[in-house]
Amino acid sequence: MAYIPLDDRLPGMRALLAFRPEIAPALMELMQVVMRSNEGLSIGEREMIATYVSALNDCYNCHHIHGEIAQCFFEDRPNLLEQIKNDYSSAPISERLKSILNIAGTVQKSGKWVDSEQIDAAKALGVSDLEIHDTVLIAAMFCFFNRYIDGLGVVSNDTLESLKSRAKIMAEQGYH
Amino acid sequence: MPHIPLPDHLPGITGLLEYRVDSAKPIRDLTQILLRGESTLSEGERELIASVVSHGNACKFCAAAHTAAADILLGDSETCEMVKNDLENAPVSPKMKALLRIATLVQKSGKAVTQESINEALTNGATDREIHDTVLIAALFCLYNKYVDGMGSATPTDPKFYLTLGERITTHGYSRLKEGYDHLKNNTIH
Repeated sequence: MAYIPLDDRLPGMRALLAFRPEIAPALMELMQVVMRSNEGLSIGEREMIATYVSALNDCYNCHHIHGEIAQCFFEDRPNLLEQIKNDYSSAPISERLKSILNIAGTVQKSGKWVDSEQIDAAKALGVSDLEIHDTVLIAAMFCFFNRYIDGLGVVSNDTLESLKSRAKIMAEQGYH
Repeated sequence: MPHIPLPDHLPGITGLLEYRVDSAKPIRDLTQILLRGESTLSEGERELIASVVSHGNACKFCAAAHTAAADILLGDSETCEMVKNDLENAPVSPKMKALLRIATLVQKSGKAVTQESINEALTNGATDREIHDTVLIAALFCLYNKYVDGMGSATPTDPKFYLTLGERITTHGYSRLKEGYDHLKNNTIH
């Protein structure tokens, strides 16, 4: 049971957006603008950052749905997101992507812990200023969404099948 | 030093919001609705939530900016200082104290919020909508704090800077200035 009366037929964020419809346009626009761009980071990489940060925050709703969405963009590596949640350093991804997840994981702990060494390491691997910006913003955004969902005690009614089918639609259509 | 090149005349959050104006817009819109929109919590009470969370995250820029805003709106500087440093003895209502306690739990983790902390707010007269908005504002300031500090954005040390910023966000609010921010290029307060 969530801490406030929510429509339990609606999954995850949808129930919160229905509770306070005035905020829905801004939250959807934020997701669409930041998560559905291929400029710099790809859509799949953005979803990967979201999944990793949500797993660190132990936010069940977010890391499951975004993990399934991200997985849709890495069909050649069927268990990739599970591997990243467990230990990204041994996952089959580029050093560039590892340097990005390293920054995202630090933001999850505290913005103040991001140091110039890890930024320089990412830049040396070809990560652009925009990609650094978007990595920090996505990590901060999911610390926000995770707290919003878990802070109100939103529970998941999803099954593995319902997660996968919702994720497929969101991977194809985005956040409208 | 910021981790990416940002304009010198826009320290803290503003340079970041100007760096990507398209992602800034929904963040600004959300803040304007939550902190300045219709609510049974006063604007000053909502700035207290922003201040206590920013203080908990040790984000000096956000804590100073929203403390300045809270002080202007509440008409004193003691309330916000007490809320940040000694919440239990702060001169706020039992309802507000319970909501601010929830905000400090959200600052740590969404999972830190307990049914007990929610019940205490309800018992002291908080509505579902007030609880919802408290959690959402607290979560939003975790976004801001991590964004500002995670990008290594500049933090002015002159208290006058925050008085000016506090004036701006209590009179104009959180939407982007129509004229942009070029007029601040000659600003000598950093």
